[in-house]
Amino acid sequence: MNASPTRRLLARIPVGSTAVVSRVSGARPVVRRLLEMGLVPGTPVTVHREAPLGDPVELRVRNYALSIRRADALGIEVE
Amino acid sequence: MSAIALAPRFTARQALVLLAGNPNSGKSTVFNALSGARTRVANYPGVTIDRRSATVALSADTSIELTDLPGTYSLAARSREEQIAVESLLGHGPRRPDVILIVADATALARALYLTIEILEIGSPVVIALNMTDEARSAGIDVDVARLEALTGACVVPTVANKGIGTNALRAAIGEALARPVAPERPEVVRPAALVTDLAELEAVILGERVMERPQDARVWAQWLLLSLEHEGDELQNIPAPIRAAVHRISERAAKSGRNLDLEIIGGRYQLVDQLMKEVCRVPQAPRRSWTDRVDAVLTHKLGGALAFALVMMIVFQALFSWSEPAISLIEDTVAWSQSWITRLMAAGPLTDLIVNGVIAGVGNVLVFVPQIALLFLFIGLLEDLGYLARAAFVIDRVMRAVGLHGRAFVPMLSGFSCAVPAVMATRTLESRTDRLLTMLVLPLTSCSARLPVYVLVTATVFAPGSRLGFLSAGAVALFAMYALSVVAALTAAAVLRRTVLKGPAPTLVLELPPYRLPVMSVLLRGVWQRVRTFLIDAGTVILALTIVMWALLSYPKDPAVTAEAEAARAAVAASGASADEREARLSAIDSHENGAQLRSSIAGRVGRVFEPVIAPLGFDWRIGIGILGAFAAREVFVGTLGVVFDISGADETNEPLREVLRRATWPNGAPLMTPLAGISLMVFFVLACQCMSTVAIVKRESGGWRWPLFMIGYMTVLAYSASLLVYQVGSRLGWGL
Repeated sequence: MNASPTRRLLARIPVGSTAVVSRVSGARPVVRRLLEMGLVPGTPVTVHREAPLGDPVELRVRNYALSIRRADALGIEVE
Repeated sequence: MSAIALAPRFTARQALVLLAGNPNSGKSTVFNALSGARTRVANYPGVTIDRRSATVALSADTSIELTDLPGTYSLAARSREEQIAVESLLGHGPRRPDVILIVADATALARALYLTIEILEIGSPVVIALNMTDEARSAGIDVDVARLEALTGACVVPTVANKGIGTNALRAAIGEALARPVAPERPEVVRPAALVTDLAELEAVILGERVMERPQDARVWAQWLLLSLEHEGDELQNIPAPIRAAVHRISERAAKSGRNLDLEIIGGRYQLVDQLMKEVCRVPQAPRRSWTDRVDAVLTHKLGGALAFALVMMIVFQALFSWSEPAISLIEDTVAWSQSWITRLMAAGPLTDLIVNGVIAGVGNVLVFVPQIALLFLFIGLLEDLGYLARAAFVIDRVMRAVGLHGRAFVPMLSGFSCAVPAVMATRTLESRTDRLLTMLVLPLTSCSARLPVYVLVTATVFAPGSRLGFLSAGAVALFAMYALSVVAALTAAAVLRRTVLKGPAPTLVLELPPYRLPVMSVLLRGVWQRVRTFLIDAGTVILALTIVMWALLSYPKDPAVTAEAEAARAAVAASGASADEREARLSAIDSHENGAQLRSSIAGRVGRVFEPVIAPLGFDWRIGIGILGAFAAREVFVGTLGVVFDISGADETNEPLREVLRRATWPNGAPLMTPLAGISLMVFFVLACQCMSTVAIVKRESGGWRWPLFMIGYMTVLAYSASLLVYQVGSRLGWGL
């Protein structure tokens, strides 16, 4: 499945911007963990900065800082 | 006997309070504030997490048993460790908790409320320590405590645990919760109708299997099972097959109709979290830029972050390598002093020998690790509590990911270059069991400091001082090559093991970056002491036992002919009219010769001879074989053991006579033994072989059984043997033998 232009991925939005989670997909353990950490659909999330080597990224969600790898952020759709 | 066994346990039944909370919520600080100085650390059987508990006095005549659970963001379990922690909360363990105390970080309340809702579903009385209220206030976060109490039915106590604020109120709240056995109204999570049907179906199966008595417990367990069980490959145990089948059936059915059960369960709870947050918590619309964020602008900056990382890691490594040295020397000197003291005090004989070279040496072998363990855990604790350890993982994760390791595995891997024992203990900072196992299995390949004496002895023996490769000295090149080999071997082994024996779910990084905070020294030091104590008790006993076994193998059986010959020679020296100095020299030569002869005829000596055909293709004769056997006590012992085999007692790696004797040593056919090629083969063997019994003991402790340490010995032995064989055979064919 190719990403259609209407689907925005959290991994692709610029550092500093905020979006709202619409769907989380990927390997079950990762998805489950991301959901438990509060990245459920409807949650606003900010890509705050990236690590010195460009990966992972630091997110701001529910008033705390969470870092995840870009590969996993590819499974998070935002709007 | 029976009175001793019965008295403490059954005189008064203490209420059981379990302490739960997110990592970085200040849970340990709350535990310490409540428990004072007396803490017991026990093991959950068969797994690696510690169970800390303490008796806490609530008032003059009431006390409770407070047990600390591992920090967690949710109750869903991936590993056996988590399952045990969760089962004790669910009351599925030996005892149902009377009260559950949750430590919630007021600055990240939403996330803490997720765990809280999960725990509220259990139905035990709950007390919430709303911690770090000072930080929350200065960030402009306002929590309505009374409203939170009313909505959750829990007792909420604002605390600032690192300043001891709220501890007494917490004690009072626990007492109150104990006195109020009927749980009040709980907030209800709204679930989709389909999920309600699924849960009812699973509850019926659970109740039918009679693993739960109360319908309420079955409901909690049903949700937990749906979230935690995998179709295959989870590590959860003791779950009846019909229940597994039912979970499988229900999730298949849900997947077919396009539903995501995880999302339905977790999403439902977060809806309630959002609702609670709206009512109790006010967060400023435009938050001020935090202190943490300013620091992070430097510490996770492209250039600054890399520099800070390198600096911190250099300090940690320097501490392990150098700062531990005085303490280690002190321990070694004390051991040597007590050995000679006992030797002078007691008559020579097997018992003295056992005490001196078995027991005291064994105790020394255990204690010698303590400085490095204490220092490493002091640094890890400090960096963890400061909040930097998570940033270090954030900075280095990209590099570690390439070999299938977690960003947090960097500190243990780095420590491995100093000593594998504390490094293996440090794998506890990794969250997943697979990551922990993978890291501890490849760690012994990093070239620890105990290998250095071996490298030094071998390079100094086989390379003449002037020999050069280009403008570099041959010895320096060889030494560098060994360190490079160890890095390549460790990383390759990690990549291979990740794709084979430790496949499991794809490793990933979902890491909270907590705000920077000042550590509480008492909590930190207590953590260090607990690690040291665990090491002494659990690994120390194994190391001590193995030392005694090694001593027996290297000392017995004694050859009476050798002893008699040495006695006769000593008598001859005494009778001769030589000067005192010369007598001394001759006596010590006789001692060395006797020690060497006894070692050569010991079990280890015989094993060395029997195994010579096996190790000869690597370029090692039976005498080197004995040295390798001796090195199992600790790698640097190789040098001393090899010295004894060659009739030089008390040699270290800088001992010139030993080097000289090695250079002149030959095979029975007159060919030289220690050629440069044989030397390289020997060093390669030392890089790759699992020769350290203390490492084996600590891996046994940390992996919870003998299975993984045995696997480790197996794969490393195969690796070391093959690599040395390759080096020696290919090198010989190419004519590098001389």
